[in-house]
Amino acid sequence: MHNRIKIKADSINFFYNKVQALKNINIDILEKQVTAIIGPSGCGKSTFIRLLNRMDELVPHTSITGKIYIDDVDIFHTSADPVEIRKRVGMVFQKPNPFPKSIFENVSYGLKINGIKDKSFIEEKVEMSLKKAALWSEVKDRLHESALKLSGGQQQRLCIARCLAVQTEAILFDEPCASLDPISTAKIEELILELKKEYTIVIVTHNMQQAARSSDYTAFFLLGELIEFGKTQDIFTKPNDSKTEAYITGRFG
Amino acid sequence: MKKNITQNIGFLMLFLCIIVTLIFLGSIIYFISARGAKVISWEFLTQGPRMGMTQGGVLPAIIGTFYLTLGAILFALPLGLSCAIYLCEYSPKSFVVNIIRISINNLAGVPSVVFGLFGLAVFVNFFKFGVSILSGSFTLGILALPLIISASQEALMAVPQSIREASLSLGATKWGTIKNIVLPTALPGILTGVILSIGRVAGETAPILFTAAAFYTRGYPKSIFSEVMALPYHIYALMTEGTHPDQQKAIAYGCSLILLFMVLLVSGIAIAIRQRQRGINA
Repeated sequence: MHNRIKIKADSINFFYNKVQALKNINIDILEKQVTAIIGPSGCGKSTFIRLLNRMDELVPHTSITGKIYIDDVDIFHTSADPVEIRKRVGMVFQKPNPFPKSIFENVSYGLKINGIKDKSFIEEKVEMSLKKAALWSEVKDRLHESALKLSGGQQQRLCIARCLAVQTEAILFDEPCASLDPISTAKIEELILELKKEYTIVIVTHNMQQAARSSDYTAFFLLGELIEFGKTQDIFTKPNDSKTEAYITGRFG
Repeated sequence: MKKNITQNIGFLMLFLCIIVTLIFLGSIIYFISARGAKVISWEFLTQGPRMGMTQGGVLPAIIGTFYLTLGAILFALPLGLSCAIYLCEYSPKSFVVNIIRISINNLAGVPSVVFGLFGLAVFVNFFKFGVSILSGSFTLGILALPLIISASQEALMAVPQSIREASLSLGATKWGTIKNIVLPTALPGILTGVILSIGRVAGETAPILFTAAAFYTRGYPKSIFSEVMALPYHIYALMTEGTHPDQQKAIAYGCSLILLFMVLLVSGIAIAIRQRQRGINA
């Protein structure tokens, strides 16, 4: 089975002020596969994933060299609109961050800001997205209650549903289970495996088991460098680099 | 054991401070009510003054204060909120912006009589609005501006960065995010700023002294270019001018009670809106 390249990072260097956070990163992320990014804190994995839908722009005083392509679009090109890119590549954050609005409004938000007014279309889309995010059965009777009343795990699945409603092609998960209990974590992982049938997925995680369980490819970052990238199976069973081996066997990080 | 005693004394001191504050607050309301209630009647609330301010009512002053306050908020709220949005959301966090922030906060400390003179020079004379509702509203509006800006800024800054990111990551534009997520979330805090300003603006005397207020007007204001009577100035005038101090004093207390009640009423409405909004947000 050959999947085509969905996201391509080409010699990425990234700086906060003058400090280099990423050093010459090259990765090909394949369509409809789960790519995990692992590494100790401060290794640049969150920095990297935020580049993929240009969320890095929210932080001032940064600079970047190199190129990132989504399909064939150079996302840092002056003609590329970050708003358009983010409609294609969604993001789920470390801490669940639902809007202080109702469950329904949370999911329909992305549609509304894109100017969709057709009520029945929105309702259908909300239901479909919540079903895909495995949340529908839990919330279908209280769609108009505040999203903040949901539990942490439910909130995170709501955030996933919110992404799905905008029909993004890829979803970036930035440590999505960092603040969740094991049961909620298991649900999210299950969901990721389900979503990969339709979406390209990149997941940053601290949790090695999570990477091993849910990803097809794994990239190991250390101090801003990509140490090793390959099939998850290979990375976890016969890593090429001694640093990778040291990290996955828990000798540091 | 000793630790507990020190702690209890500490709590007691704090509690006493609360009591003292409440006593002041309570006695203000008590004295104003006790002295003002005597003159409050249907006539007092619905008619103009008669017999050289010693008889009749104060309706023109109530209406004047209402217009001035409304005008000031209509002027200051959009302007102040826009400034706050710009400063918080758009301007780069630079040295210049910090200077602007500090200046705005200092503006809040300018004595109100200075605003009054400024209003006289700029609105009354330069723009030739004359002594009028318009001049007074602008002057009071400028007085309220720093309050509204700093309250709005705080409210905007309290909106978690994470939900801004969420909105942007869904393909919202910056403006879309501000309009749909940031402003609704910050609304309760912004309303608090408006409440505070209303209280401040409605009760100010000095800014309208030279720009809007008249001791006596025949009938009611006809346009925004009319002079008006206003409750705070009316109180001041009753206590310092005229020939029947005792009767005037009673009316002044009546006016104070009405002013107090108006401010509480407006604040009450704003608090109700804020609570409702919080209920939705929570």
